[in-house]
Amino acid sequence: MHVEKQKHDFEPKIIAFVCTWCTYAGADLAGTSRMQYPANVRVLKFPCTGRIDPVFILKAFQQGADGVLVSGCHPGDCHYIAGNFHARRRFAAFRKLLEFVGVDLNRLQFSWVSAAEGGKWVEVVTELTERVRDMGPMQEFKELAMEEQWSGAINTPELQEAYNQI
Amino acid sequence: MSRIGVFVCHCGENISRTVDVERVAAEVGTMPGVAFATDYKYMCSDPGQGLLKKAIQEQKLSHIVVAACSPRMHEKTFRKAAESAGLNPFLCEIANIREHCSWVHENREEATAKAVEIVGMMVERVKKNRVLPTITVPVTKRSLVIGGGIAGIQAALDIADAGHDVVLVEREPSIGGHMAQLSETFPTLDCSQCIMTPKMVDVVNHPKIKLYTYAEVEHVEGYIGNFQITIRKKARSVDEDKCTGCGLCMEKCPVRKIPNQFDCNLGLRPAIYVPFPQAVPNTPVIDREHCIKFKTGKCGLCQKICGPGAVDYEQEDTLIIEPVGAIVVATGFDLYSITEKPKGSSIKGYGEFGHGKIPDVIDGMTFERLASASGPTGGKILRPSDGQEPKQIVFIQCVGSRAREKGISYCSKICCMYTAKHTMLYKHKVHDGQAYVFFMDARVPGKSYDEFWRRAIEDEEAVYIRGMVSRLYQKGNKIVVMGSDISVGVQVEIEADMVVLATAVQPRTGADSLAQKLGISYDHYHFYSEAHAKLRPVECATAGIYLAGTCQGPKDIPDTVSQASAAAAKVMTLFAKDKLEREPIVAKVKEAGCVACFYCKKVCPYGAVEEKEIRDRQGNLIKVVAYVNPGVCGGCGTCQATCPSKSVELDGYTDEQIVAMIEAL
Repeated sequence: MHVEKQKHDFEPKIIAFVCTWCTYAGADLAGTSRMQYPANVRVLKFPCTGRIDPVFILKAFQQGADGVLVSGCHPGDCHYIAGNFHARRRFAAFRKLLEFVGVDLNRLQFSWVSAAEGGKWVEVVTELTERVRDMGPMQEFKELAMEEQWSGAINTPELQEAYNQI
Repeated sequence: MSRIGVFVCHCGENISRTVDVERVAAEVGTMPGVAFATDYKYMCSDPGQGLLKKAIQEQKLSHIVVAACSPRMHEKTFRKAAESAGLNPFLCEIANIREHCSWVHENREEATAKAVEIVGMMVERVKKNRVLPTITVPVTKRSLVIGGGIAGIQAALDIADAGHDVVLVEREPSIGGHMAQLSETFPTLDCSQCIMTPKMVDVVNHPKIKLYTYAEVEHVEGYIGNFQITIRKKARSVDEDKCTGCGLCMEKCPVRKIPNQFDCNLGLRPAIYVPFPQAVPNTPVIDREHCIKFKTGKCGLCQKICGPGAVDYEQEDTLIIEPVGAIVVATGFDLYSITEKPKGSSIKGYGEFGHGKIPDVIDGMTFERLASASGPTGGKILRPSDGQEPKQIVFIQCVGSRAREKGISYCSKICCMYTAKHTMLYKHKVHDGQAYVFFMDARVPGKSYDEFWRRAIEDEEAVYIRGMVSRLYQKGNKIVVMGSDISVGVQVEIEADMVVLATAVQPRTGADSLAQKLGISYDHYHFYSEAHAKLRPVECATAGIYLAGTCQGPKDIPDTVSQASAAAAKVMTLFAKDKLEREPIVAKVKEAGCVACFYCKKVCPYGAVEEKEIRDRQGNLIKVVAYVNPGVCGGCGTCQATCPSKSVELDGYTDEQIVAMIEAL
């Protein structure tokens, strides 16, 4: 099946934090099965989702990611016995914090993709990419970074104008 | 200053077809820290590795990034090559531009840009990599084999014959598995009991094999070379040491009408029983669900009659801990049951075949028991409903298998051959009978297999009809089989006396929960996954665990025995060394920062975190810190993500490395 490639104005940057044993292997399987998915995703391999510090997700957004995916083994299937349960708890709390801070949670996805689920990996990545593409670029952190550069708030019309010209 | 070498692989055309590898090498070559970048057709080949080694020495490279296939494939290969050129293996990283890039994208421009980013990310990561010394751990030279079917028996005997201790755990009261149930085996038609029972006796008599029957693996701890297995030995209610196997208890037991599972519920057994006369060990077990003593407290006949006093109603489950170095998983299969739809399964039942409500519609294993000389009918093919000899018999293949719309898309591999065998067994026993087979394709590859199948048609006069059956229904004492013959394009209706369904081979129920205990992966049918489909077919991705037989996928007896011996060979390879090198991906505590909150201890799934006291020279306690035992640490890194003071660090996945990767994007 050959899907006609569409041209888009905005190509979101998606960063995926995955565990070695399930999701990384699942993504490998998608490769060996020659499935096709958007080229927007960059995969970072961890031993276990339990290793993924929420700070990494913030860091990814800060570095210009428009969407972040965290994916590991299905509950009960963790290679390290219980790492994914710790991850699940940690991210359940972390999502609430992000929501409170004002980050749109649609940009952040958690999923379980096993080593046998190449197809699910493709689905998850494609869905997230399309969703984030519709949402447009993540501006909040970029604006913060800009403000930092200007070493202060942009609170006068003149400054705002100058800032907009950058 | 780091001098990084980047090697971009074409993988023949697998990468270079969609990724412009020369451009990747050129662009990466200009990145800060990169001293050397090149591309080559096959990096993993001998000349490719030679190129890498030569570059390390000539260019005095400090770190290596190989942009090639998945690290799950060749990380070890390249790390070994780097090591032989004098570099610490953990200063070599793999950028996956095949499985995660060239194979999944078609647009050359996009794929090339992505490949550059992936390599760039790994370049930034490798700069932060540290020299890690390999850790050696001792190997416990004992092996656990789970499952006492032909696979488990073969593996156990091979390992034991090599001089290593084996612990064999079997769930049922006797070893033997499915093979002990079979009547005769293809393609030679030798009787299963004749070739199986001597092996079962070998197991129980082998001085190196410790056999636990009626037992299950309860809990698994540890890692390759050093597993701790907790085995639950279920209460048999009969003392194995005292019992002589005289069988008097079984004769006297007043409860007699319990369907015998071993005979596919055709025969009956008492409440104190051995599953079949050739059982090993020949020690009965009390079925507590049906025993009057356990139900009402009365009876107790077997205890009174037992000469050696082996019957013990007070017996309880016992937990035994066995240290082992390797595990062979050989849990076997179940047959797809048309009577009951598995709970929570996506598999749809076979309503058109009567949901098992028509008594003379049986599955292949039931037919085996009917044909078996030790079976409930003494080897006569008789209808379960009225005990008459069927004169017209219909076999239906691919029931469950190769039926995507029913939930299973794989081929069960053995049914074509055993159905051909069934037609022969039938013809040998019912000379004036006629066998019909409905089939989709005959899949009979294997030594002497095609000849065997042809013999069924040409010599034994089985009629093969290409087509599927749409419906079965009872009409008087006949079963009407409505099907189609697609080779001539007509509807076929046969009034049969008996119908045998070749139902699909499925993993054992509970295969997933055992996998979770062992920490091995399985596919969505619950067959266990091998580390590599072609090159590592008997190893699990989890080190030290090996697979044998149908728990990994449907296979026949010769394939099962081969795989079991292969798994045994892998175990022996492991046991050939006294010490084992393991990846040094373990957590370490930075004692200066540790505040002794011990959150790490709470989350550690391995119990690897200990409390360590730091004292001055006078012996005064300065502080208590966490300490990670590197021998026990599994390397998941949960502690690091949990530590509030960032004082514990997982080697190979430090915050520095990860942040460097994110920043590279």
